[in-house]
Amino acid sequence: MVKTESFIKINDVTVNFSNNKNVHTVLNHMNLSIEEGEFVCVLGPSGCGKTTLLNCIAGFQKYEGKILLQDQLVSKPGKERGVMFQEYALFPWFTVEQNVAFGLKMSGMNKQQYLELARSFIRMVGLEGFEKHYPSRLSGGMKQRVSLARVLANNPSILLMDEPFAALDEQTRQHMQSELLKIWEQNKITCLFITHSIHEAIYLADRIIVLMPNPGRVALDIKVDLPRIRDRNDDRMFHYQKLISAILEGEVA
Amino acid sequence: MGVVNQKGVITSTLVQQRTNKLSFGVPALKNISIKSIGILAAIALWAFVSALGIFSTSLLPSPWTVFSSFLRLIQNGVLIDHTLSSLGRVFSGFFLAIAIAVPTGLVLGMWDNVRKAVDPVIEVLRPIPPIAIIPLAILWFGIGESSKIFIITYAAFFPIVLNVMGGIQQVDPVHIKAAKTLGANSLQIFYYVVLRSAIPNIIIGMRAGVSMAFISLVAAELIASNAGLGFLIQEARYLFKTDEVMVGMITIGLVGFAINRILLSAEKALVRWK
Repeated sequence: MVKTESFIKINDVTVNFSNNKNVHTVLNHMNLSIEEGEFVCVLGPSGCGKTTLLNCIAGFQKYEGKILLQDQLVSKPGKERGVMFQEYALFPWFTVEQNVAFGLKMSGMNKQQYLELARSFIRMVGLEGFEKHYPSRLSGGMKQRVSLARVLANNPSILLMDEPFAALDEQTRQHMQSELLKIWEQNKITCLFITHSIHEAIYLADRIIVLMPNPGRVALDIKVDLPRIRDRNDDRMFHYQKLISAILEGEVA
Repeated sequence: MGVVNQKGVITSTLVQQRTNKLSFGVPALKNISIKSIGILAAIALWAFVSALGIFSTSLLPSPWTVFSSFLRLIQNGVLIDHTLSSLGRVFSGFFLAIAIAVPTGLVLGMWDNVRKAVDPVIEVLRPIPPIAIIPLAILWFGIGESSKIFIITYAAFFPIVLNVMGGIQQVDPVHIKAAKTLGANSLQIFYYVVLRSAIPNIIIGMRAGVSMAFISLVAAELIASNAGLGFLIQEARYLFKTDEVMVGMITIGLVGFAINRILLSAEKALVRWK
C-alpha cells in the first residue's frame, strides 16, 4: 500500500501583517504535516505566530501558500475543523444544552435527535445536571467543558485549540488537561493545541512543534515518546523540558 | 451606575439592578418600603409647603385637593377618556417608531458604510426637540390625529434606532467566529448570534423610546386637540384649575411609570441569561 498524503499538509504558508508602512512577516514559508489521530502541541513565545497558524487552519486568516485538510484546500471556516477558544466563546443567551446542540441544530437535525446527542456529550464532559444552566452561572473550567462538548458534538475531523486552558487556575487547568486526554483516548481525534506552557505541551502532546518569532518559523519538531497517562514529575519529562527551554532561551537571547 | 455607550444614550438598568442588590443586599420588601418612604416624604413636603400659605391655594393646591379632584375625574370618566386617547396616540406613535427604527437600526448596525453615511443625518436631526416639529407636522399632516402621531413617532424613533444599532455593533466577534466554525450560515449567524446578543439593547431602546413618546405627548396634544392628557392640562390651565393641571401631570407620570415597569418585566423575562 502506498502511504496516502498527510492528514493536514501546510505547504509554504506565509502570512504578512502590514500596518501603514511596515510589513511584518508573522509566518515565513512554513511547512508542516500532521498525521491523523496525532495530538500536536504548538509552543512558542508570544508573537511567534502560533495563533496565526491556528487561524489559518481554522479559515479565519488569509494566507499565501497551501493548507490541505484531507486534500481539501482550506479557505474559510468549516465545521470539519472544530475550534476551542481561550475565551470559551459560549453563547451567553443559550443554555448549556442549547450551546452544545448549536452546530447540530444548524445542520438541520431534528430537535429530539440533537438534544439527545447534546446530552450525551454533556455527560461525556461531566456536566450532567447543568443542561439548563446559562454559561454566566458556570465556572471557567465548566465553561471550557461546555465548549469542548459543543465542538465534539459537531463531529469534526480535527480539533483546533487556541490556549483553551490559559485562563484557568493551575489546579483546574491540570484537571482539564487529564480530562481532555481521557476524552481524546476515547475517539483519537486529531488535535492541534496551541500553548505557551512547556509543561502543558509535554504532558499532552504526541509531538511538540516549537515556533520562534521574527519571522515565525519552526525551530523544533519532536515526538514526545512517553506513555500516557504521564506523571508530571517523571524525570523523562524534564529531559524534554530542558531541550525545549534551551531552544526558547537560546533564540530569545 | 449605568452603561453609557459611545452616543451617551444607553443606560442598562440590568446592570443597575445587579449593583443595587450587591451593594445593599436589601430584601425586596424592605426595598419597597424605602421607595414608598421617598414618595410619602415628597407628598409631605408638598403638603407642608402648601399649608404654609405662602402661595395661593389656587396656584399650589394641597395634595388632598388634587387627590379629591383625581378621584372626581376618575368617577365621572373624564380622566379615563383622556388617558385612553393619550395612550392610543402614544402607542400608535411608539409602534410606528418601532416598525421604522428597528429595521433601520439593524441595517445601520450591520453595514458600516451605510452607518457612516447616515450617522451625520441622525446626529443633526436628533437634537431637534419634538416641540420644534409641531409647525412642520401641522403643515404636512394638518391638525388631525396624524400630526400628533407623527410627533410622537419622531420622538420615539431616535432612542430606538441608536440602541438597536449599538446593540448590533456590540456583538462579540468571537461569537461569530465560533458560530462559523460550528457550521452556521450567514442567515443563521444573524438570527441566532447577532440578533440574540442585541436583544438587551433593543429592549433598552424601546424603554427609552416609550419615555420619549410620553415626553412628547403633551407637545403633540398642543395641536388643536379635544381629548388627551395634554389637552386636559391645557384646558385646565385656561380655566385656572391648577388642581386639574396637576392631576393631568401626575397621571402622565403614573402611566409612564407603569409602562416602564411592564417593559422592565419583559426585559427580565427575555434576558434571563444575563
